Amino acid sequence: MATVAEMPRETQTFTTVRTPDAAPRPVKVRGENVNVFYGAKQALFGVTIDIPEKAVTAFIGPSGCGKSTFLRCLNRMNDTIVGARVEGKITLDNRDIYDTDLDVVELRARVGMVFQKPNPFPKSIFENVAYGPRIHGLARSKTDLEEIVVSSLQRASLYNEVKDRLHEPGTGLSGGQQQRLCIARAIAVSPDVILMDEPCSALDPIATAKVEELIDELRTNYTIIIVTHSMQQAARVSQRTAFFHLGVLVEEGPTDHIFTNPIEKRTQDYITGRFG
Amino acid sequence: MTETTYSGSDAADRGNDMAARRKRRDAANRRLQYYGIGAISFAIGLLALLFASLIVSGYTAFTQTHVRIDFPISATHVKPDAIDQGNYRLVVRDALADLFPDVTSPADVRSLGQILTNNTQFFVRDAVLADPSVIGRSVTLEIPASDPFDQLNKGVIDRNVPENQRRVTDRQIGWFDQLVAQDRVTAPFNWALFTAPNSRFPELAGLSGAIVGSALTLLVCFVLSFPIGIAAAIYLEEFAPKNRWTDLIEVNINNLAAVPSIVFGLLGLAVFLNLMGLPRSAPLVGGMVLALMTLPTMIIVTRAALKAVPPSIREAGLGMGASKHQVIMHHVLPLAMPGILTGTIIGMAHALGETAPLLLIGMNAFITSEPGGITDAATALPTQVFIWADSPERGFVARTAAGILVLLGFLIIMNGLAVWLRQRLERTW
Amino acid sequence: MIGYAFLLILAFSAVAYFVGRSTGSRFVATAGGKVHSLPGYHGAFVALWVGLPALLLLLLWVSFQGSAIDRMLLASLPETLTAGKSASEIDLIVSEIKNVAAGRMFSQPSADIVTVAERLQGWHAIADWAMIVVAACLMIVGLVLSRRLLSPRFRARNVVERIISGLMIGCSVIAILTTLGIIVSLIYEAAAFFRMVPFTEFLFGLRWEPQIALRPDQVAGQGAFGAIPVFVGTLLISFIALLVSVPIGLFTAIYLVEFADERVRAVVKPVLEILAGIPTVVFGFFAILVVAPAVRDFSNVLGLAASPNSALAAGLVMGIMIIPFVSSLSDDAMKAVPRSMRDGSLALGATPAETMTKVILPAALPGIVGGILLAASRAIGETMIVAMAAGLIASLTINPLDSVTTVTVQIVTLLTGDTEFDSPKTLAAFALGLVLFLVTLTLNIIALQIVRRYREQYD
Repeated sequence: MATVAEMPRETQTFTTVRTPDAAPRPVKVRGENVNVFYGAKQALFGVTIDIPEKAVTAFIGPSGCGKSTFLRCLNRMNDTIVGARVEGKITLDNRDIYDTDLDVVELRARVGMVFQKPNPFPKSIFENVAYGPRIHGLARSKTDLEEIVVSSLQRASLYNEVKDRLHEPGTGLSGGQQQRLCIARAIAVSPDVILMDEPCSALDPIATAKVEELIDELRTNYTIIIVTHSMQQAARVSQRTAFFHLGVLVEEGPTDHIFTNPIEKRTQDYITGRFG
Repeated sequence: MTETTYSGSDAADRGNDMAARRKRRDAANRRLQYYGIGAISFAIGLLALLFASLIVSGYTAFTQTHVRIDFPISATHVKPDAIDQGNYRLVVRDALADLFPDVTSPADVRSLGQILTNNTQFFVRDAVLADPSVIGRSVTLEIPASDPFDQLNKGVIDRNVPENQRRVTDRQIGWFDQLVAQDRVTAPFNWALFTAPNSRFPELAGLSGAIVGSALTLLVCFVLSFPIGIAAAIYLEEFAPKNRWTDLIEVNINNLAAVPSIVFGLLGLAVFLNLMGLPRSAPLVGGMVLALMTLPTMIIVTRAALKAVPPSIREAGLGMGASKHQVIMHHVLPLAMPGILTGTIIGMAHALGETAPLLLIGMNAFITSEPGGITDAATALPTQVFIWADSPERGFVARTAAGILVLLGFLIIMNGLAVWLRQRLERTW
Repeated sequence: MIGYAFLLILAFSAVAYFVGRSTGSRFVATAGGKVHSLPGYHGAFVALWVGLPALLLLLLWVSFQGSAIDRMLLASLPETLTAGKSASEIDLIVSEIKNVAAGRMFSQPSADIVTVAERLQGWHAIADWAMIVVAACLMIVGLVLSRRLLSPRFRARNVVERIISGLMIGCSVIAILTTLGIIVSLIYEAAAFFRMVPFTEFLFGLRWEPQIALRPDQVAGQGAFGAIPVFVGTLLISFIALLVSVPIGLFTAIYLVEFADERVRAVVKPVLEILAGIPTVVFGFFAILVVAPAVRDFSNVLGLAASPNSALAAGLVMGIMIIPFVSSLSDDAMKAVPRSMRDGSLALGATPAETMTKVILPAALPGIVGGILLAASRAIGETMIVAMAAGLIASLTINPLDSVTTVTVQIVTLLTGDTEFDSPKTLAAFALGLVLFLVTLTLNIIALQIVRRYREQYD
């Protein structure tokens, strides 16, 4: 049998094997037949997926499989790439986020993002976290703002480590702390969804463990979508997992199901380490 | 490299051959090196010669010979009720007659008067206007010596050359020496160089008008080119789509940066003066022309500074839900600012030294007062240097060199500031 | 008056900002989280609507008030003043009227002139007040209209950002407008010149004597506008300059790239930067103070007669000025050659000199040639050194010890001093300017193309 990769693109049908949750949660984000092009090159093929509210969904797959591309569609960060084009429909709370009438800035305030490499602004820790609330006008007063900053830092499990040096530059923190600062910065805007693009790939194992712990705590309040290279990480932090391969969403389902009992052969091969 | 030894004559020959070749190649290598050293020494030597010649011919202008004279202010020459209409020429003549009672013939009196600056009477008038109570008494003033005697006192005019080859006569030298003997001649630091405006007489000519003119011109240039340059750079670097239109703007800016400055002068003359009817010789027009001239540089520098801010900062901001404008205003621009400022100062220094376009819009006029605003007629430092360099009086050679030293002083300060800013504020990513 | 109008606009915009912001704040207080934009953006929206149109009006008004009033003044001159006068005489009268109106009186003006001057003063006052009143009305209309647009769901931020984007586009277009302005004004004035002097005479004529009489009573030449001697002079001086700067700049760059250690570079680079930062007027003075006398003395020693402002002196000093230009461009070109090529050559046992002459120089040659073309364009367009050190008389010679003149010198001499815009003497400067612009532009475009293609090759 020819693998999908060997088949001519036109003849492929992009069917995804889906396994629903035992107790289905409400859908927060939905992608319907999403195609993404970079110039003439197609990067995603007809991705359709429902992402449940207040849970961690992991996107896994080999490099170049389109998982980050799809993630960046969810808050329209692809808009910043010249020549990128998105087709299909993506909804957040049933509202099309590519609607021309939608203000992309408002969207990004609701869908926060944490990047692969920690990228704090070269400002103080406080200013890093306070930036979002300021531009979105979330704080009525200075004390309001301080409260938001402190609680965000607390929720990012960073407060105790930095409470004495809130006004020192955020770039002086260690890598893991920087990444948690970026998470604090993201949650300070009180988004509904947090996108994480391989948030631990630049971190050491101890820092990784802390961030994973944090992700686990955050899922009670936020819908989290995480792209990861590490299957162990996906298994540890997520409730649902989606496997991408060559721009196609191959299989998605409850994490334990995907890791113990994958239906698709490609998923199985990837998880058992045949490729990746 | 080690030399390989061979056994046998053939190999030895080859070894010798190699060694000879090696020697030739080393010599060629050294030769190229010497050419380089020669070229660099030539450049450095010329720079040294340039500065040395400027200092040697310019340092004398930083002092000015003054002569202390007592002026009897008689009420016959100066009426208390019309002080500004007094006959101060006679006051000066009387004062000199008191000092040199034996000089009586009209020709001698005139040549005696030439020791002092031509404007001596106005110095006396100003002194009396400032303090009318001196009428009837005498007032002692330090009057600038006229240019030939200033040069004589500084040793620029050689007493030993024949009388007919110098601008001062033996008798005049005799009188001057009497003044020296009476301890009336001093040569204090020449503050007037900085505080006085231009004059036809070298001993009175100063740079204040040109300094103020240059400052106003640069101010206009900065106010126009800084915001416009930054706005254009932000648009081209951050917003502009890549298409033929923006390519055209880009090529156009690069070419504009290499257009000869005098062409901008022609543009200013044709458009700002003739078409729009703006005033001639005004710092406003000078600043506008220089702004057009520095704009391409400003845009190029600002774009480079914006480019140096890593994209991760932009992504972080966008990821937070900041709009593109907010990301640029809040993060990218502040981070690029040190680079932009450094480039701006260097651009302004360049504009300060620019002469040719200012000549065409008339900023080389002869103006004896400081400009009061950006629409008054004015000169600028470099055009002042140009005017002085064209003036025949001996004293203007030293003034020109001194003017250049002042101009270079400003340039050094500005460039030093830029270097300091770069070292203090610029960050590496 | 402009200053006050400007301050008025600023003050009004500030008020508008606060009005808009307080409206925005009220939305926040009543509608809570449903407000789209921060109050500051509502403020900025209103302020932009108030300030921008008024500012634009002010700029247009100021640019055209002068010429409009001039035209009105000319039209209203009484017969007694204009009867039987030539255009230049009327110009003189107009400038006298302006002087009187501005309060600069040198002698008692005639009664006619005083009346016209008073009328001119009146017009100026009316125009100034009209400007302020119109601007104020415009601002009030802007305030009312834009205020009405505000609502909690109004996307003030997006609108403000769009306006700012528009402003930024406008700023980028200024660069294009400058080029257009240069081309149009040069062609316009040059066309006027070519109506008086045939195009072929200008391009191929061998005699250049532009000092023709402006007034009938002046003693001056007949006037001849054959620019060949001027072009030859320009090329001669530029050639001498390149002869000095190319070898010195190139060898400097070679030494810095291949042989110099950090210490030497730390000294030489700043020296070259200083050399590059010296204003050209300083080089001009250096030429007349040191180099020209030296050239004359030296050629006297050789038994040759040198003119006091010889092409050689001007060319030498211009060459010195261009040295840093050549060296830094060659330096860039050589540095762009990939390290691997250099290492490959050295690994084969080549000496540094061989690596330089056989590998790096040939590879960097396009970049260096581009740099030299840019340097040539600089030399041709350089003004101050030649204006001070070269001659004014256009003699057709290639003897470097003679005095020659250049395009830029002619432009400066023709346009400083007595200028009158309908005389071929003045317009000739624009024709020369057009030639200068076209030649340097061509050189720059070719050079930038070469340099760019060369860079792409190694990127």
